Amino acid sequence: MNEQNELNRNPLIDAALKLYVILAYLFVFAPILASFVFSFNSDRFPSIPLGHFSTEWYRAVAADPLVWEGLRNTLGVGAAVGMISTALGFGAAYTDYRYRFFGKQVYLALALLPPTIPVVIMGLAMLAYLSRIDLSGNALSVIIAHVVICAPFAMAVIRLRLSQMDPSLEPAAWNLGASEWATMRHVIIPFTRPAILGALFITMAVSFDEFAIAWFVSGLNETLPVKVLGFLQGQVSPRINAIGTFVFVTSMTLVILAQLLLSGRGPATDKE
Amino acid sequence: MQEPLVSFEGVAKRFGSYVAVQKMDLQIHKGEFLAIMGSSGCGKTTTLRMLAGLEAPSEGVIRLAGQAINDLPSWSRDTPMVWQSLALFPFLNVIENVEFALKMRGIGRAERRRRAEQWLERMQIAEFADRNIAQLSGGQRQRVALARSLVVEPEILLLDEPLSALDAALKVRMQSVLKNLQRETGITFVYVTHSQSEAFSMADRVVIMSRGKIEQIGTPQEIYRTPRTRFVADFLGSSNIFPGQLTRDAGGRAAIATPSGDFVLAGGGQGATPGQAASLIVLDTKMQIHFQPPPDAVNTIEARMIGEEFIGATATIYFETGAGQEIRVQKSHEELADLPLAVGRSFHLSWSPADGHLVPE
Repeated sequence: MNEQNELNRNPLIDAALKLYVILAYLFVFAPILASFVFSFNSDRFPSIPLGHFSTEWYRAVAADPLVWEGLRNTLGVGAAVGMISTALGFGAAYTDYRYRFFGKQVYLALALLPPTIPVVIMGLAMLAYLSRIDLSGNALSVIIAHVVICAPFAMAVIRLRLSQMDPSLEPAAWNLGASEWATMRHVIIPFTRPAILGALFITMAVSFDEFAIAWFVSGLNETLPVKVLGFLQGQVSPRINAIGTFVFVTSMTLVILAQLLLSGRGPATDKE
Repeated sequence: MQEPLVSFEGVAKRFGSYVAVQKMDLQIHKGEFLAIMGSSGCGKTTTLRMLAGLEAPSEGVIRLAGQAINDLPSWSRDTPMVWQSLALFPFLNVIENVEFALKMRGIGRAERRRRAEQWLERMQIAEFADRNIAQLSGGQRQRVALARSLVVEPEILLLDEPLSALDAALKVRMQSVLKNLQRETGITFVYVTHSQSEAFSMADRVVIMSRGKIEQIGTPQEIYRTPRTRFVADFLGSSNIFPGQLTRDAGGRAAIATPSGDFVLAGGGQGATPGQAASLIVLDTKMQIHFQPPPDAVNTIEARMIGEEFIGATATIYFETGAGQEIRVQKSHEELADLPLAVGRSFHLSWSPADGHLVPE
């Protein structure tokens, strides 16, 4: 904050804006916070006053082999989705960066389209399509479906990074004797590395949280969010809060990691 | 004369219907410092990029050491370039940047490091070897960019306005670094710039381009003293240009009739035919200022002083003729000491016919 800025600020507006930000965050995070608090509460039902501090719900969750199976599925799917979507997203973003061709606007629009399709429709369509080619009801089908919605995020993140690259950097590498492949390996990928890692974490987080499509196509290999729904339909148990808190913390960790990398505070970035 | 290192033979470049470079013939000799100068969009950078293999010529042949290189990809040519943006790799440190080209040529780690260190030493940036690019000043980056290109010890180095981002003082310092480097290494430099002072202070030969065409090639002195076209005279800005028509004066001497008066030409008008349109070019340093009409001058004009401008040891005085043409005269302060200079006052300007030359209209 420079002096000019300090001088020209109205303290009243400042305070109002701060209050607004606090309220907005409170509104967004209150339910999650509540879930977090009740996950450590000994009472069977979420009510006030609270009982005493307890980790019994976490122990109950940890003792449930079904939860572990869901977690394994989620993590496996998340890792695969992250890697595949990031690779696809990188390809699409680089194509956009490097080449000018007829129909490029259409190409871009199509590449960015999937997240705008309502998830229920997407889930149904995926189920219909995957079952026709005998791929529904297993982890692979969840991976395929999640890649479809995650790749555009990866592309958007990597495309932003490429747009910050000095357009002379790639020709400069050619000029110094690097073939196109060598340039990709020694210049483009190192330059976009923070965005590639960021995209990896974000797509993993999206897959980790995604419920609707996974519900349609996962069959018996349910991911954790799908399992949670299963629990909810049977009974309302504070175990849900425990799982919810765990999923939230994991996703937030991934998103914050991505944010750090992308905002240039990560280890592999340099800013002009 | 020995074979040129680079020759452009009828090279043209079109982008769609836009002609960036018109059929161009240009020879670049081994070991020379050649500057290509022109305003933006004149085709100078496109010419350089064709030589570097970053644009393919639409027509013609480019030869490097006698061999046609039209179809050679950029990475197979030894034509390293220093970029306007420098294009240093931000994710590599200084010495890794310098090693890059050697690494791409498959040279081993130890040898790479040794040669890179030599160049860092030579460019006086050895102490920054492990720094990040972002931690360097503009001048230091410039030196890294030079070392990165020169480390492969090429026969030719291409430079695309490399000094444009530096402040004036640093620019002058880097000019002498570049000139010395070129002299010591004997590497052919092809230097693209829009700056007359950069081109004229460093280059052995200057190519002036306009609208994709070469207007004049010559040593800085030749171009400065005798601009060959109206465009060049205009572009350099140090000449007075009198457009008019060739004629004969009362004594039968070759002359040019201009709105500001009729002026006698040297050498019988160089075989020009009367009636032809042409422009008379007179350098601003070749004009004399008189308060009283000079008795023995052949070419004189009466003009009103409209302004003056001091730059260091010289002053430029601006006049306007009765016909509304602006004339500039450059003199040292000593030469001006005896004149009662004042804006609005009338003076007589004169020059010898030998100091004027004609360019075609």
